[in-house]
Amino acid sequence: MKYVHEYRNKELSQKLINKIHHSAKGKYTFMEVCGGHTMAIQKFGIPSLLPPKIKLLSGPGCPVCVTEKSYIDTAIAYARLSNTIIATFGDLMRIPGSTSSLELEKARGSDVTIVLSALEALKIAQNKPDKKIIFLAIGFETTAPGSAVAVVQASKARVKNFFILSAHKLMPPAMKAIVDEGVKIDGYICPGHVSTITGSAIYDDIARKYSLPCVISGFEPLDLLQTILALVHQVNEKHSTVEIQYARAVQPNGNPKAKAIMKQIFCETDSEWRGMGNIPKSKLVLSEKYQQYDAEKMIPVDVEPTISDKGCICGEILKGLKTPLDCKLFGSGCTPENPEGACMVSGEGACQAYYRYQSQTEIT
Amino acid sequence: MCLSIPVRIESIEGSEAVVSINGAAYKAGIHLIDNPQVGDYVLLHAGFAIQKISDHEARETLELIKQMKSPF
Amino acid sequence: MNDYIRPGHGSGGKLMHELIHDIFFRHFGHHELKKGSDSALLQSNGHRLAFTTDSFVVNPLFFPGGDIGKLAVCGTVNDLAVCGAIPQYLSAGFILEEGFSIAELEKIVISMAREAKNSGVNIVTGDTKVVHKGMADKLFINTSGIGYIPEYAGSFANNRKIKKGDVLIINGTLGDHAIAVLSEREDLPFQSTIKSDCACLNHLIHSLLEKKLHIKFMRDLTRGGLATCLNEIAQAQAIDIEINETRIPVKASVEGICETLGFDPLYLANEGKVVIIVSAEDASEVIETLKADDLGKESTIIGKVTSENGKKVIAESAIGGKRLLQMRTGEQLPRIC
Repeated sequence: MKYVHEYRNKELSQKLINKIHHSAKGKYTFMEVCGGHTMAIQKFGIPSLLPPKIKLLSGPGCPVCVTEKSYIDTAIAYARLSNTIIATFGDLMRIPGSTSSLELEKARGSDVTIVLSALEALKIAQNKPDKKIIFLAIGFETTAPGSAVAVVQASKARVKNFFILSAHKLMPPAMKAIVDEGVKIDGYICPGHVSTITGSAIYDDIARKYSLPCVISGFEPLDLLQTILALVHQVNEKHSTVEIQYARAVQPNGNPKAKAIMKQIFCETDSEWRGMGNIPKSKLVLSEKYQQYDAEKMIPVDVEPTISDKGCICGEILKGLKTPLDCKLFGSGCTPENPEGACMVSGEGACQAYYRYQSQTEIT
Repeated sequence: MCLSIPVRIESIEGSEAVVSINGAAYKAGIHLIDNPQVGDYVLLHAGFAIQKISDHEARETLELIKQMKSPF
Repeated sequence: MNDYIRPGHGSGGKLMHELIHDIFFRHFGHHELKKGSDSALLQSNGHRLAFTTDSFVVNPLFFPGGDIGKLAVCGTVNDLAVCGAIPQYLSAGFILEEGFSIAELEKIVISMAREAKNSGVNIVTGDTKVVHKGMADKLFINTSGIGYIPEYAGSFANNRKIKKGDVLIINGTLGDHAIAVLSEREDLPFQSTIKSDCACLNHLIHSLLEKKLHIKFMRDLTRGGLATCLNEIAQAQAIDIEINETRIPVKASVEGICETLGFDPLYLANEGKVVIIVSAEDASEVIETLKADDLGKESTIIGKVTSENGKKVIAESAIGGKRLLQMRTGEQLPRIC
């Protein structure tokens, strides 16, 4: 695959690894904000190649993991309504709500269908005018523009039975919240695909006010190693600037077209993050002009009271205060087959990534 | 978060493009990118092309690593 | 939520293994069953027999490279063959949904007959049941099979001791079946030329056994994919296995679709692939023999046994990093993150 395999080159990786070993002087803790990075780091076995003094922490960048439980409960309540189809990305199917999951509701007869794109959900609405289609709009800045396009298209085609239930979250407020929380990190591996949309300026504040080096990274091993090396250099030289490692996909000003359509459709609001509490201005909801597509505004539903997670430390893991191995439930009370918390359900949740790929101690 | 991979635009029809992922074809939305052309490589995420890949920058990144002096 | 059957209980992964151990093994309990091998190996009047059964519920019924009928024959034939048996007789049980097209049924039965002929087995007994509309999805097939173990495969069937340094071989690309079936479904809008690898492997396997090479173990890959299969082997044989990811054959288009949807080809279903563990000195002759058959053209060494006392499966990545491979947990769902 072009632009993929070149960045999995063993020889060049070795060069970077040598350089990292050579440059690493003190101790370093870097947080990869993005769950995609967590997955890639584990999948390619990067921790087994780094010097032990470099520690990588997983952050809150898995949209499924941070989606509040009450959102899942609301989606389940909608799934139980007659004449209603829930269109969702596969990611949400197994996330436990308070008493059920979408997968279980589907098994019980609800119409829950997996889509790969917001436009697919809109097409279902156009093909089934007698049903209400509710699209579960999750994801960060990368995914939100697609939902926005679907709303614009629905509006143009005067589709009346297409709705979105938004859990679109914004990345920078969470990154700031983590540092405010007192998590000790020496730098951020910044999310590459969020940045293709937003550009690099959203991290300026973090680099400046919090004096944290920020490097926007791609997702292949060479990208991540180069990013880690750049962070090590910044720390060594006491710099804190925003660098773009993933320059083949990230422009400093991002994707203006995508930013414009997001601004047109959505407005910012405060939001709960699962395990992290309330973060101001961290969620996108439909602006007033597009309320007729907002499921919560248009379709009243009774949602069961949310039961909070017991014993699960997903919140602290998401904040980087603890690792999955610190959790009592990890591997015994909580596994991908019987997940307790969202971090174990999502393919890119820190707990599942650890469970599937890791266990350094077991390998060596 | 955001799973996304580079795909090649094979043909364009309105706001949709047929993209090829190593020979498998998929119809992607190209509403979010400016001036898409057949032959362009774009990042595909959740059914949409979200950004063009810069071939120049792609080479540059690799070149930088190749030129790097070994510390030993 | 844990008290109900979920899709994962049938997906060939960890949940299914728990179900088999906690419910079936616990109550059926026969020592031959508890070995958990692809076929039961039985003695009858001095003859050594292999006996197996499998049910087929694929949706859609027809897909590029095969159909449910072909699968029903190949699946059972392969379970016999990997135990060293020459498959001989099959049964075929059909559960039909009211309203299912007889023309489609006939197409499927013709496909079964053709595949049985190709692989040299005879379908000699059967059963038909019809359930009311909505009580089954069009058509389910169960096949059972019986075969005998020839003299030359005797020592193989007795399970040679697997040693450190033995190598693992696979006869071709991974994930073709899963992606062919998925691309046929309306909900996965990809167009590709990927065909299912669905095939009877008995002739391929017996070309190896006839040569009396030091084959230690064989297992055909099914729903849980390579990673699950290797974990089963590692646990049952108490060995550590290490595979090299860059040596795992995957078709470019399969890889592309996997990267797009967030699937791992190591966990995708296959219906015509076998993992063979063989002593290092015989590896090249095994590969040569496999390559002489159309079903083994892309045979290659994918890894080795690293310890005779363990249960882990480790994968070495393209850049030399190492990770632990677990069994598949539930079905893989397309994801955006």
